[in-house]
Amino acid sequence: MERRVATSLFTTDLAAAAVRGALAKLDPRVLWRNPVMFATGVVAAFATILFVRALVTGAGDAGFQGQLVFWLWLTVLFGNFAEALAEGRGKAQAAALRSTKAELTGVRLTGDTRETVAASALAAGDVVMVETGALIPADGEVIEGVASVNEAAITGESAPVIREAGGDRSAVTAGTRVISDWIKVRVTVEPGQGFLDRMIALVEGSSRAKTPNEIALTILLTGLTLIFLVVIATLPAFAAYAGGSIAVPVLVALFVALIPTTISALLSAIGIAGMDRLVRFNVLAKSGRAVEAAGDIDVLLLDKTGTITLGDRQASEFVALPGIAQSDLIEAALLASLADETPEGRSIVALAREEGFRTTTTAGAAVVAFTAQTRVSGIDTGDRSIRKGAVDALLKLHDHDPQAVTALRRITDRIAREGGTPLAVADGIRLLGAVHLKDIVKSGVRERFAELRRMGIRTVMITGDNPLTAAAIAAEAGVDDFLAEATPEDKLALIRKEQQGGRLVAMCGDGTNDAPALAQADVGVAMNTGTQAAREAGNMVDLDNNPTKLIEIVGLGKQLLMTRGALTTFSISNDVAKYFAILPAIFVVLYPGLDTLNVMRLASPESAILSAVIFNALIIPLLVPLALRGVAYRPQPAGRQLLRNLGIYGVGGIVSPFVGIKLIDLAVSGLGLA
Amino acid sequence: MDALFLVAAVLGITALLSVPLGRYMAAAMEPGDAAPRLTRAFERISGARGGQGWKAYVVSMLVFNLCMFALCFAILALQQHLPMNPDGKGALSLDLIFNTTASFTTNTNLQHYSGEVSMSYLSQLAALMWLQFVSAATGIAALAALARGIAGRADMGNFLIDVQRASFLILLPVALVFAVVLVLLGLPMTFQGAAQALTLEGAVQTIARGPVAAFVAIKQLGTNGGGFFGPNSTHPLENVSFWSNAVEMGAIILIPMSCVWMFGRIIGRPRHGAVIFGVMATFLLLTIAGSVGFERAPTAAFAGLPIEAAGNLEGKEMRFGATGGPLWAVLTTATSNGSVGAMHDSLNPMTGLMPMLGMWLNSTFGGNGVGMINMFLYIVVAVFVAGMMVGRTPEYLGHRIEAREVKLAILALFAHAAMILGGTALFAATPWGADTVLNAGPHGFSEILYEFTSASANNGSGFEGLGDNTVPWNVATGLVMLAARFIPIILPLAIAGSLMAKRRSAESAGTLGVEDATFATMLTITIVIFGALTFFPAGVLGPVAEQLSMPH
Amino acid sequence: MGNFTSSLRVVAATMAVCVVGYTAVIWGVAQAVTPGTADGSLILRANGTVIGSRQIAQGFTRPEYLWPRPSAVDYNAAAAGGSNLSPTSPKIALRGAEMVTRYGATPARPLPPDLATASGAGLDPHISLAGALYQVPRIAAARGLDPTVVARLVEDRALRPGGPLTDGRIVNVLEVNLALDGL
Repeated sequence: MERRVATSLFTTDLAAAAVRGALAKLDPRVLWRNPVMFATGVVAAFATILFVRALVTGAGDAGFQGQLVFWLWLTVLFGNFAEALAEGRGKAQAAALRSTKAELTGVRLTGDTRETVAASALAAGDVVMVETGALIPADGEVIEGVASVNEAAITGESAPVIREAGGDRSAVTAGTRVISDWIKVRVTVEPGQGFLDRMIALVEGSSRAKTPNEIALTILLTGLTLIFLVVIATLPAFAAYAGGSIAVPVLVALFVALIPTTISALLSAIGIAGMDRLVRFNVLAKSGRAVEAAGDIDVLLLDKTGTITLGDRQASEFVALPGIAQSDLIEAALLASLADETPEGRSIVALAREEGFRTTTTAGAAVVAFTAQTRVSGIDTGDRSIRKGAVDALLKLHDHDPQAVTALRRITDRIAREGGTPLAVADGIRLLGAVHLKDIVKSGVRERFAELRRMGIRTVMITGDNPLTAAAIAAEAGVDDFLAEATPEDKLALIRKEQQGGRLVAMCGDGTNDAPALAQADVGVAMNTGTQAAREAGNMVDLDNNPTKLIEIVGLGKQLLMTRGALTTFSISNDVAKYFAILPAIFVVLYPGLDTLNVMRLASPESAILSAVIFNALIIPLLVPLALRGVAYRPQPAGRQLLRNLGIYGVGGIVSPFVGIKLIDLAVSGLGLA
Repeated sequence: MDALFLVAAVLGITALLSVPLGRYMAAAMEPGDAAPRLTRAFERISGARGGQGWKAYVVSMLVFNLCMFALCFAILALQQHLPMNPDGKGALSLDLIFNTTASFTTNTNLQHYSGEVSMSYLSQLAALMWLQFVSAATGIAALAALARGIAGRADMGNFLIDVQRASFLILLPVALVFAVVLVLLGLPMTFQGAAQALTLEGAVQTIARGPVAAFVAIKQLGTNGGGFFGPNSTHPLENVSFWSNAVEMGAIILIPMSCVWMFGRIIGRPRHGAVIFGVMATFLLLTIAGSVGFERAPTAAFAGLPIEAAGNLEGKEMRFGATGGPLWAVLTTATSNGSVGAMHDSLNPMTGLMPMLGMWLNSTFGGNGVGMINMFLYIVVAVFVAGMMVGRTPEYLGHRIEAREVKLAILALFAHAAMILGGTALFAATPWGADTVLNAGPHGFSEILYEFTSASANNGSGFEGLGDNTVPWNVATGLVMLAARFIPIILPLAIAGSLMAKRRSAESAGTLGVEDATFATMLTITIVIFGALTFFPAGVLGPVAEQLSMPH
Repeated sequence: MGNFTSSLRVVAATMAVCVVGYTAVIWGVAQAVTPGTADGSLILRANGTVIGSRQIAQGFTRPEYLWPRPSAVDYNAAAAGGSNLSPTSPKIALRGAEMVTRYGATPARPLPPDLATASGAGLDPHISLAGALYQVPRIAAARGLDPTVVARLVEDRALRPGGPLTDGRIVNVLEVNLALDGL
């Protein structure tokens, strides 16, 4: 079902491309997008000029300055590399998609004429004919015909799906192949705006706009950079008071070490990787904003069928009316179901066989098929007219004995209360009893909902069942609330009500009538098999058509933000150690007593400064895997989550550079670099 | 042991008093329909009525503060022509008038003059003491407005009503009580001019006095700190005994503490208020421990002389005991009070770092109203980072913290850092500052650093050896005080205004809690990293360098 | 403009209540309840002239008097102030040495530190009991008194300023000197 590609973080190809990308991103116009890295680049350039001057004039310690300049540029390049690597992984996927797209052509029908045109020439409203073996040239809606379509190019799922005019299975996607029959498709998108285009853009990261949260974080980091700029810019004056001076390259080093380069370098990689994780999870988000919104979800609206319960109900019990032999009921139910190929019908047959009923033939019998109008099905054999169906629908067929009706009601109410669906069985005017069709709650969902509750997310089950049945299933599945006999309008109203109360709502849906609710929801996940309207309305599309994924999507959204927060904390916490490395080194010439602050006992001032800068640069590639993978996430209440991350990334961020800088200092002084 | 008792007694009793006072303050600022006649009276006095948005509120506040500035300026400029001047105080220089007026308008009370030398009784009372009431009331009003915004009220209230509530219902009654207590403890309260004494050895001694008790009560309560006499509360007539010292210390932190409770009540989250109180108290206790501890070291310069090596007594009064000085130094700077009970310039080097730390953070109780407002800035930053770490778009009490809020908060923190470090750099590197220091070496640097820190924190205390009554100092610190007063009020109100406009989201187990120890930890770390780290290099070059350069 | 006139009205109201009203009340209470301290704790001679204030140090230099702590402003009660010197300052060391000479301190009989340090306002009326007892031999010699009598007189006037909250005892220099003159 799922096409999860185990992409390793570093393949040679990706890494090589990322290195080229890192260099290309040195372009100031590109670098400008990330103010902190831009500042790093500017001061690195400045330090380079000073280094060259030192080389030319022979003044100053050119060797030390040269190493400093080298590591400053490496800091910038590492940041670019992280971004390029994240983009590269998406680009590889995009390239494959694009090759599919390039060869698309379509047969356009205009009046009676047919002409073969390139997909790019197809505009919204055009009608194309797609026959067996052809690729569908553009997103659209089937207006005529039925065909089975292989959508593996998009979903990675090889089993073909049926696409037909009308109803909820009319949407087709460019790049998918018709493998039998033919369909006429009305194109619904303009060239270049189709699903495939969007997917390419998405995985490539080219249209990646910064999310509001990313913008806010960038502002915070820029503000911190400005604050540290003041800190550094005032130091020469302070030193002048003390009757000394501080070399400019050293100031540059301190500046770069203090500003939050680590998180800034990894910021876009985190965002791209978050989207990428979703893509590899076979969910396409239309914007990064939607991914972040997923982390904020307070209420999950889940369709009962397929999400909470197995899609198919199973017969679990035959309940005969008083005075009716159990065997009569079972036999009648069996006869009525023999020709019924629905899962429910098959389960009735299976249950009857378990009870020892062997009737197999229905020779000479006339099968009465289920229709939406009558909502009953059955069989006419001889003088018997056996019917099964929803209680109300069945009772409508004849005027039954009121006593029997009351008895039947009693039975069906009990079944409903137990969470089952009653299926009434009658033989002509004689009511026989009911079959208890049971919803089977998926294993493990109860635990999932408990988990969600701990995370502060409420689950609401949406079902067309009556309130009694819904309540029983809700209790069994452990959801917090349910909406019974739900119409699309009810769903929409519920979403609005929750939003009014300040909660963010996620839902998934596939039908055209889901579209308004999908659009209203903060996170609307449309099933890929759904209608074009539903896919347009939602802000995510699940290629696997698996509504349970909503839960994982919330997790991915949270993980994205947590990664950002954790690395921000780590990056800023590092400053404590960097201060203790660099400040004594700078100030010891002014006041020798300040050597006491050299708590790491670093070998020399030059080595201390160099070590801090090297640590600052090396930590970026070291954290790239974490940025791409995301920090470990487990569902738990916010308080515990914060404590855990604060412990790992806050305390860790304070302690680790002390160790790291000391080790680098041992290496630097051991190698005689400074 | 005695130190522990004193700290516990002063802080404990004040903290206990602050709880009911905070509740009362919330009720006074937010009477609802409880006191319609009072509200109507305030409306009639001011002619102002109706709720204001954040911009209207700020405009009203600025206009009122402009009136405060103008009137004080006029009185000081004309004092030699005005009555209530028994000792015939003369004219003041324009730059000193500007500096003093800016200082008292902004609740700073940095004093580049000496009260008993320069000021007539009218100047002391009608200009300076009046501003001590209304500038403190401005801060309390601003906090009430901020809290209303966060609470999600439709408007921020009305500034001119609020400032009357804070003046008449909060500061006035509390000041009356404290002033009477100080009178009973022996502080002077007279309109007679200086007394001429013929000493036992036959010398003539002129003893300045005046209406001190009334002045000192509001000076302490309103986090003003401007002394009636030059050496402030080290002066025996401004602070006559151990007990008046204890009372005055309590008065420093009483209203700042109460402001936190008031904030918690108005936003409807007293537990959140308690968590903030806890964080502030933690910083306060740590700096007190540092201050009292470091001050136990003897006066370093006496090394080698036959002088007993007890604690450092330079600049301290015998009647306050060993702990009174360093404890006061922390209290007065953790809040933005700025009165002194010992000469900060003469504190041991590392002890001197503690007051600076308090002013750099400027939110560990802080000034009347504004301390809590400053803490709000740190809360915004803490919530933003912590919010991400719990995997949600950051929210504070259901308000989403987004780009605009972060931008305004970081701008305010930037301004504080830029004014302190920028000002210090300018004056340290030029004769403006370098020629005015009394002590050489790193201690002189500390004097300059302290002065700008104090101005930017609207504190008003000083390393008083600095010869700061010069045109550059008067102008520079005057400007810093004005900017440092209004930027950190206007920007937070703008944040609250922006929060008010957003739809509030519901809280759940998934949202960041602001009422637990985890949040307190997060807030503490944020304050250390965003507040203290910025000033680490400056601190190293001042007090730390002095300490570590001492011969052992 | 509305803002401005409204502000002026609040200016007037606060001035009337918080300055005029408040000051008048406190002044009234002080003059009625504690008239002595309200006017500055002055000590008068029989003829009505002022000797000094109980709260303000005088600069005693004669050997028969108890000497107060050093003053950075020479006991000027019209312009008070401290030394504002850093405890690491060489000037402090200089003054320390001066005091050591003045009191004739030796390593065997070190000087209590309050006698070598200037107070905050330069007007500290108190010295430590140790500082007072340190001076007893000189005073007794100058006055031709039994040192134990002088010591008892000093100790009788020593008090714990904060009761249980303070460790050491202090004495008021002017009060002791008045008592000495009264012997």
